[in-house]
Amino acid sequence: MAETAYFAHSLQTWLGGGPLWIWGAVSAVVVIFGLALPFGGLATYAERKIAADIQDRVGPNRVGPFGILQFLADAVKMLAKEDFIPRGGDHFLFNIAPVFVVVGACATFAVLPLSKYLLGADLNIGVLYVLAISTLVSPGLLLGSWASENKWSLLGGLRAAAQIVSYEIPVALCILPIILISGTLQIGTIVELQGWNLALEGAKSPHFWNLFHNPFTLVSGFILFIAGLAETNRIPFDLPEAESELVSGFNTEFSGMRFGLFALGEFCEVFVMCAMVTALYLGGWHIPFLDIESFGVTLPTLLVALIQLTMFMIKTLLLVFVVMWLRWTLPRLRVDQLMSLCWKGLVPICLFNVLGTAVWLWVFHGRSLAQLIFQGGGH
Amino acid sequence: METGFLSAFWFIIVAAVTVPLMLLVGALLRPKSRVVGASHDSYECGEKPIGSAWIKFNIRFYIVAIVFIIFDVEMVAIFPPATMYRTAIQQGNVGIVFAEIFVFVGLLLAGLAYCWVRGDLEWVKGVYQTNRRK
Repeated sequence: MAETAYFAHSLQTWLGGGPLWIWGAVSAVVVIFGLALPFGGLATYAERKIAADIQDRVGPNRVGPFGILQFLADAVKMLAKEDFIPRGGDHFLFNIAPVFVVVGACATFAVLPLSKYLLGADLNIGVLYVLAISTLVSPGLLLGSWASENKWSLLGGLRAAAQIVSYEIPVALCILPIILISGTLQIGTIVELQGWNLALEGAKSPHFWNLFHNPFTLVSGFILFIAGLAETNRIPFDLPEAESELVSGFNTEFSGMRFGLFALGEFCEVFVMCAMVTALYLGGWHIPFLDIESFGVTLPTLLVALIQLTMFMIKTLLLVFVVMWLRWTLPRLRVDQLMSLCWKGLVPICLFNVLGTAVWLWVFHGRSLAQLIFQGGGH
Repeated sequence: METGFLSAFWFIIVAAVTVPLMLLVGALLRPKSRVVGASHDSYECGEKPIGSAWIKFNIRFYIVAIVFIIFDVEMVAIFPPATMYRTAIQQGNVGIVFAEIFVFVGLLLAGLAYCWVRGDLEWVKGVYQTNRRK
């Protein structure tokens, strides 16, 4: 995949010269401070505004036009709040817990394929990198809750650990069919293979979105989204926080900017989860039924990158909207319901999906449903 | 490829530095806080906290944690054949790779069924189930 340049490479080419590792650092700063953190801030505003719309209220409307600067006001408020550590708590663990959460949420932005030309790093183990780094959130929550020396926190933290660890399995099992189909762990390549380019025969072996590759991926795409909701502690799986029964769960004792960092990390996680569903199942930066690079006209790279970025963001933000919508639609699950949903529901279905996809690929020689319909079953 | 990992490493560093940076900005902005009476006790609905929260807690789910470890290790073992699957189809020796995936998934299913029957997947393992196993 020589043509898939890293963000660092692109910066080096466009801005000229300099050692690559500096541009790697610059790209990290740009993506985290330019995308991850502003998204976290704006998501709090979006959540409140969407909640208000659904409940027929006005929502934040004082700071800036339509209240859109509310998140800046909130940030200033949080920065100015007292830095509270409970007296009996473990200060070292209390301080280090937000680091785990923020790293687990923000470092995964490195491999998100925002466009073919805008990638932090297209690692050859990209999928595993996302799985590994995003799991860092769970020790963060566990440490934070334990260090608070608070009974609510303890209950929330243990719930968080059990929940995140359990739902890790369906997430990984839902990624496996995509690996079977794509034959690579590189997220950039996985996205590229999902183009609507049926005329092109040969090595690229194109097909449509992985969600519609075969009936099994259709199911596992939805399961990935559901399990992702649980991984990010969103309603209906927000038992670790559960404000109506556990005060605020694992972050009861976290106030001010520390709470802000937890919230920021959670929203970044939601973004990463939706972006992963987009990249693995919904064709990433591809425009549906269109392949902008087969027009015959060579568009400037920067323009292509921007179009693809827009497409990727539209898909991801739609999913984020669904996540927020669900919050005001579904009631919270009970702990035992949560666990039986995972181990007795999702995991067996996922295992079945993996085998089903393998059989499908074997029988139809790696062809997708779209290819079978539009190209016939012959080899 | 080293560039990719270097970039990813930078992401981790930048994310980790963000946290103390934000807390530092906050520390410079806010007024000094004072400890007054019970103001720094941990929260227990306004009452004085009773006892410590660091108790021996019955983690019902520790067997599921073990199940998770087994599943995760199996997952590591199943990713390589899954990655090879497409190549194997093109080369026509898909049978052996499929067999490998089938064996792994079968093992996972068998293990899951075992835990299920034993009742380890229940959040609250009742006396009834504990007695029945004897």
